[in-house]
Amino acid sequence: MAVDHTQPPGAVTPPRRHGRRRIPVFLFLPAGLGLAFLVLPLVALLLRTPWGELTQHLAEPAILAALRLSLLTASLATVCCILLGVPLAWLLARVEFPGRRLARALITVPLVLPPVVGGVALLLLFGRRGLIGSWLDETFGFTLPFTTAGVVVAEAFVAMPFLVIAVEGALRGADTRYEEAAATLGAGRWTTFRRVTLPLVAPGIAAGAVLCWARALGEFGATITFAGNFPGRTQTMPLAVYLALETDLEAAIVLSLILLIVSVTILASLRDRWISSP
Amino acid sequence: MGSTGIRAALAALALAATMTVTACGGGQDPAPAAGGVSGDVTVFAAASLTEAFTKIGKDFEAANPGTKVTFNFAGSSALATQITQGAPADVFAAASPATMKTVVDAGDAAGTPIVFVKNQLVIAVPKGNPKGIATLENLSRPDLKVALCAEQVPCGAAAKKALDTAGVKVTPVTLEQDVKAALSKVKLGEVDAALVYRTDTKAAADVDGVEFPESATAINGYPVVALKNAPNQAGADAFLAYLRSEPAKAVLTAAGFQAP
Repeated sequence: MAVDHTQPPGAVTPPRRHGRRRIPVFLFLPAGLGLAFLVLPLVALLLRTPWGELTQHLAEPAILAALRLSLLTASLATVCCILLGVPLAWLLARVEFPGRRLARALITVPLVLPPVVGGVALLLLFGRRGLIGSWLDETFGFTLPFTTAGVVVAEAFVAMPFLVIAVEGALRGADTRYEEAAATLGAGRWTTFRRVTLPLVAPGIAAGAVLCWARALGEFGATITFAGNFPGRTQTMPLAVYLALETDLEAAIVLSLILLIVSVTILASLRDRWISSP
Repeated sequence: MGSTGIRAALAALALAATMTVTACGGGQDPAPAAGGVSGDVTVFAAASLTEAFTKIGKDFEAANPGTKVTFNFAGSSALATQITQGAPADVFAAASPATMKTVVDAGDAAGTPIVFVKNQLVIAVPKGNPKGIATLENLSRPDLKVALCAEQVPCGAAAKKALDTAGVKVTPVTLEQDVKAALSKVKLGEVDAALVYRTDTKAAADVDGVEFPESATAINGYPVVALKNAPNQAGADAFLAYLRSEPAKAVLTAAGFQAP
């Protein structure tokens, strides 16, 4: 930290050391329990993993197709969420408009909605008989359900709130004086947003995008309901895991582990680049 | 930052959910006193039994005051996995002997499973059959969207058998995880046809069933068994006995099931 040299010589003990001595010890127990609660299921999974079968399953074309589809759709869904979600977060954080509180509440709906219900709702909107879907079908002969695009839509629907909430929080925590300063120095609104606001909340966007991507990657209910399950087209890894579970527990474990390893590797390698904070 | 808050909130939610589940699991009544049947009877049953068993469950409760039947309806294979992983259930009714076998092989069945009904496939189409589907061959028409069950679940295995026997090649748009999911795609109008059980089309008001002769090659027997680790052993036996009674048979026949 660059705090030290701003302080006069002979100043009091830096706040950091002071803070360390005052850590409330009674927090350790719930913190440890929390960690164990999150990590132990993973340990159980690892203990039951038939490691010999791992490479064998990795070589299966069907599994590779599901894995590729999962990574592709989750990434596309994240891109969609960033393109629509960041402006939405900005609107919610910075613009006063009637119904803002309601809008804030509404964007959390996909979080509380059971994903299967979300999938049905998407069918009622985008399906062949849906509000928008019937028009799409009649005008362009195009339907979203049972397509890869449908998977992206289902994942984006479920994952976008994670991004919006994270970015909105970052925006509300950011100091607006920087934007005001930019404005007084003659920067236009768009320039201010692009050159000042966005860099200010970049860590928030990155964290939101990671949450969003992770949620999209694990999406099951809305996907199987809205996009169906067809190998190579709409069968993502979670769907493949669920169907493997119908017949072969070991295979399902191996598949979950493959998804886990790939996603953790990607997140860990991005973490250093994106969310390393000073 | 916002994300930290969300993570904390999600962890709290997950923990709360677990606690609720644990509390519910711990609150089960012990086995009732010998002689009378009482308490909760938990029945895991194939999705296709939903309507018939719901009715039979109510009749059973009326015939045995003090009992409460709780159902877990899902794809048979998912139920079998739950049972072999230790889910507390008293009775298991599967939609295929192959699925039942996984439970028997795991040593979780008490006694030998008995086939109590049979079911066969029909083509589910929207009410009035707007696309004029009359035979199994029709399903290979390129203008049709067809839903099948995934091969891993009994209705999918039966569909594959019927299609293979008939030499019909169908390219479905989706392979659903259980028969009710396939049927709901027809109800919502997202597909033009699906291969489901005859009982499913009987239970649904907005769906018609088209019978086809090849379904005779893929008739599913439904085995039922009491489970070894049943929390309510007496309740399980009573429910099995009730399934063989005339009133229960009448409900099953009315639902479209055939006698074994």
